Amino acid sequence: MPYDSIVCVKQVPDTANVTAEAMKDDGTVNRAALPTIFNPEDLHALETALELKDRYGGTVTALSMGPPKAADVLRDCLYRGADRAILITDRRAAASDTLATSYILAQAIRTIGRFDFVFCGRQAIDGDTAQVGPQCAEKLGVPQITYLEQLVEVSDGWVRARRNVGNGWEIVEGRLPLLLTVISTANKPRPPAAKRVMRFKRARVEAELVAAVQRELPQAAEEDRQAEIRRRADALEQVGLLIEQWDLDAIGADLCRCGIAGSPTKVFRVQAIVLTKEGYTEVPPSEQGVRQLIHELVVDRTLG
Amino acid sequence: MIEPNRQGEVWVFAEQEDGTLHDVALELCGKARELADRLEVAVGVMLPGAGVGHLCARLFAQGADKVYLVDHPRLAHFQTLPYARVLCTLIEKHRPQILMYGATPLGRDLAPRVASQIRAGMTADCTDLEIGDVPDPRTKTVREKLLLQIRPAFGGNIIATIVNFDHWPQMATVREGVMPLKPAADGRTGEVIREEIEIDETLLAIKLIERHVEPRKVNLKGARVIVAGGGGVGSRENFRLIHELAGAIGGAVGASRAAVDGGYVGKEHQVGQTGTTVRPALYIACGISGAVQHRAGMEESAKIIAVNTDREAPIFSVAHYGIVGDLNKVIPMMVKALKERR
Repeated sequence: MPYDSIVCVKQVPDTANVTAEAMKDDGTVNRAALPTIFNPEDLHALETALELKDRYGGTVTALSMGPPKAADVLRDCLYRGADRAILITDRRAAASDTLATSYILAQAIRTIGRFDFVFCGRQAIDGDTAQVGPQCAEKLGVPQITYLEQLVEVSDGWVRARRNVGNGWEIVEGRLPLLLTVISTANKPRPPAAKRVMRFKRARVEAELVAAVQRELPQAAEEDRQAEIRRRADALEQVGLLIEQWDLDAIGADLCRCGIAGSPTKVFRVQAIVLTKEGYTEVPPSEQGVRQLIHELVVDRTLG
Repeated sequence: MIEPNRQGEVWVFAEQEDGTLHDVALELCGKARELADRLEVAVGVMLPGAGVGHLCARLFAQGADKVYLVDHPRLAHFQTLPYARVLCTLIEKHRPQILMYGATPLGRDLAPRVASQIRAGMTADCTDLEIGDVPDPRTKTVREKLLLQIRPAFGGNIIATIVNFDHWPQMATVREGVMPLKPAADGRTGEVIREEIEIDETLLAIKLIERHVEPRKVNLKGARVIVAGGGGVGSRENFRLIHELAGAIGGAVGASRAAVDGGYVGKEHQVGQTGTTVRPALYIACGISGAVQHRAGMEESAKIIAVNTDREAPIFSVAHYGIVGDLNKVIPMMVKALKERR
């Protein structure tokens, strides 16, 4: 029996590798200067869906929300085997917290229509909240299985899954449709397939075409630019390389529940991490220095 | 959506498994007590489960004034939907102003489901919670006594303070060990409020087939001395240096996220915001640069020794003793010096 899966993926700043170039003079991080990556656990979510498709047939639809640049991760999904990719991009969705984000994703999933599985990475490395998956499940009115380690069995609309519970695991069973959040021990994501890279590397969302035309034809009349964008979009669409781009209207979203208006949590204060050098006793890296240090710790009873 | 209730209580969700309370629930009772005293309201604890009434006394001893006890055979094992139903029902009925959960795998499964259902704000993995006044830019007024939800964000490069003006309760999750466990006041009593909540068949969509949990092998929270290794250790093989020093000094083995992600050592050894928060008498950080998430989990250690080749590493900012040098040379020296003392 074939299964239709939707995979939610996110493009995130590579927060683990913040370099000096990405720091502003006031000590805060310049987000724009950071390299972006495919959120690591989302790759495992994608792999879970692709393995299901390999085994039982069906489809894999990759869904992302973000600026036009987030089309990068959707192309990556296509390279690895996704059948369809959709980007929700809309300035009115900016500054959405997890509640607003899950609402928007759920609206998009409803717009896609029928599904058996929704897969998400457990959490994204820029926020580490792990909230969007369960919130999205609630909005869709489907049960959730979080911390997925393994799909033990899938048959006839039933799923048996092993989930990590911190100090062990449990096996649970449920009927489709379901939303599952996947952790990194679940599988080893496949690399992009060379053939698919060749085929999809020119795939674009319309917003990328708009930016390209503005860059290439800065002097052209607005009308001509629009015509050029239309021409390029049509050409890509004919060969199946136009990545679908939806705004909040396309998914029938209530604007009160999106962006700043739809986000109950507000950032009141942000402090850059400024390291205060309180001063420490420097111990030379020598036998003598280390011996003296151990001696001091014994004397002050830190070591018994 | 639930309107702010200024008289609302400060609540804790009490996680229990097979009739044993999770440590984090007890730790949160202490924090709730502190916040409730500041707000001059009561501390309430939600306790769902089957045959768990005997746990109320412990919750009172840790600071609870009231326990909302929901005892039902269908709550014997945690399942998201029945537990979410219980919490949402109680929240809508009693309208607490603050609700805290342990950021355990269970709490992180349940809390967002509840937040979505009642459309409340929710901040994950807070490292501190305070009460404070906050200017509201939309109404140009100052909102008094809100819950300040403080957490590192953006990969630990900033500390953000999050507030929730009007989608209450103000909800937060907190990792185990972040809030210190207050001494129990044995004999302290409170009010048990039994709540009957219907849990119908439709909520039992996910069935538990088999469960396998092991008692914790690594006891970081109880260790007097912790020797921790980070990405600078370089490999799983080389991590034996950390084990050797821990053995020589009689301490537990800790690790930074980089070491865990690198596969040098198991996740149960991880110290930091997303691991365990520790306060040992001595913490020796070897090859750990000291990202804020790691420091958040160890900076209250009584004594900290940092060993790192990079003089500029942030770990030195919290260290009492710093050794700028190669851990591959320094650790064997330490092991030798310790053995000489025997």
